[in-house]
Amino acid sequence: MNINATLLAQTIMFALFVWFCMKFVWTPIIAALEERKKQIADGLADAERAKHDLELAAKRAAEILREAKEKSADILAGGEKRASEIIEAAKDQARTEGDRIITGAKAEIDQEVFRAKEQLRTQVSAIALAGASKILGREIDAKAHNDLLDKLVAEI
Amino acid sequence: MSSEALTSAEYIKHHLQNLTYGQLPAGYERHDASGNVEALQQATWTIAHGAEEAKAMGFWALNLDTFIMSLLLGAVFMFMFHRVAKAASTGVPTGLQNFCEWALEFVDNSVRGSFSGKNNMVGPLALTVFFWIFSMNLMDLLPIDYVPLVMQALGVPYFKVVPSTDPNATFGMAIGVFLLVLYYSIKVKGLAGFAGELTLQPFGKWGMPVNLLLEGVNLIAKPISLALRLFGNMYAGEMIFILIALMGGSYLGLSAASATLFGSQILLSLGWAIFHILIITLQAFIFMTLTVVYLDMAHQEHH
Repeated sequence: MNINATLLAQTIMFALFVWFCMKFVWTPIIAALEERKKQIADGLADAERAKHDLELAAKRAAEILREAKEKSADILAGGEKRASEIIEAAKDQARTEGDRIITGAKAEIDQEVFRAKEQLRTQVSAIALAGASKILGREIDAKAHNDLLDKLVAEI
Repeated sequence: MSSEALTSAEYIKHHLQNLTYGQLPAGYERHDASGNVEALQQATWTIAHGAEEAKAMGFWALNLDTFIMSLLLGAVFMFMFHRVAKAASTGVPTGLQNFCEWALEFVDNSVRGSFSGKNNMVGPLALTVFFWIFSMNLMDLLPIDYVPLVMQALGVPYFKVVPSTDPNATFGMAIGVFLLVLYYSIKVKGLAGFAGELTLQPFGKWGMPVNLLLEGVNLIAKPISLALRLFGNMYAGEMIFILIALMGGSYLGLSAASATLFGSQILLSLGWAIFHILIITLQAFIFMTLTVVYLDMAHQEHH
């Protein structure tokens, strides 16, 4: 149990072991640990980013959906408006057309009435001539009394 | 007890004797087992038989058992870690790699906890210190008679299987740590800074001799306390194992007394061994932590 050269041997052995440990044990294992730590951190960051992306995408999808709904509502409203416009226009057209037809018919009627009156007038003068000749018992010269007759016809 | 012929004192002495290889001076009188005295004609390289011969060999002798065991244990531990380090991958660790990574992170965390400077050597140093000392201490849990008995059968007279019960091993490491402390003190603070730290405080420059005395003692106490703490604990533990082993050794035939002794040896050595698991781990941890703390102090400009 006395101190001897073992002391030196142990110190040298100690130094060698520390050197070996530093060079061939500590450095590679620590490097592997650091690498793994980095990989895990990267993985977690990726997951976080993916989560964030997902949130953004969901928000964006909701926005697009909302926009689409708005647009469709707009389109629907436009369509309804257009339909009512068309109906209004059709109604207007129908009304003017009706009016036009009615006016045409009225004009025709007037014409018919006028024509009938003319006819009646000529027939009345003929009847009057015939009546008068009968009353007088002789033939009346139509030519001689034409101006009289015309005056009569105008009075009717 | 290894042999009926031994007395308790001889048994203890035998267990505390290292396998020392050294040179006996010319004219040294060797006493062999049968009591014959033989004076050596010339200086002889040989293995010491007993403490006196080991003492006569002087400084230039080697404790083969301490040397071989610590080399073996250190090599086993380094081999194990190196195998893991070679195959170290970033994938899911399994088995041995898991253990080694856990151990490394444990050491790394304690280093980070108490070492504030930046030095790539402190981590590996702490790892080596912890596992080398732990494995050397672990040999204490081997039944104390087995290895010496096997060695004796192989013709080796002495074999102390626990290197950390040899002050050479503990002082060897402590001196290694001390040299590092000196080296980094001078490297970080400069020679003048380090000298100033030793002489200019706590009493200012007029109290220089007192300062030097105080700080010098403070400095020298570091390696000595490191070495003696480990050595003392392991030596005392070993001693108690030997004393417990002696109880069963005093078996004197079938009687209530010797049966009690025999039974209590089993119980006591079991209890002490279980308690010792704590001590060996704790001592390795303390040595490591103090090493790191001393190096941290060496790296700090002010303290």
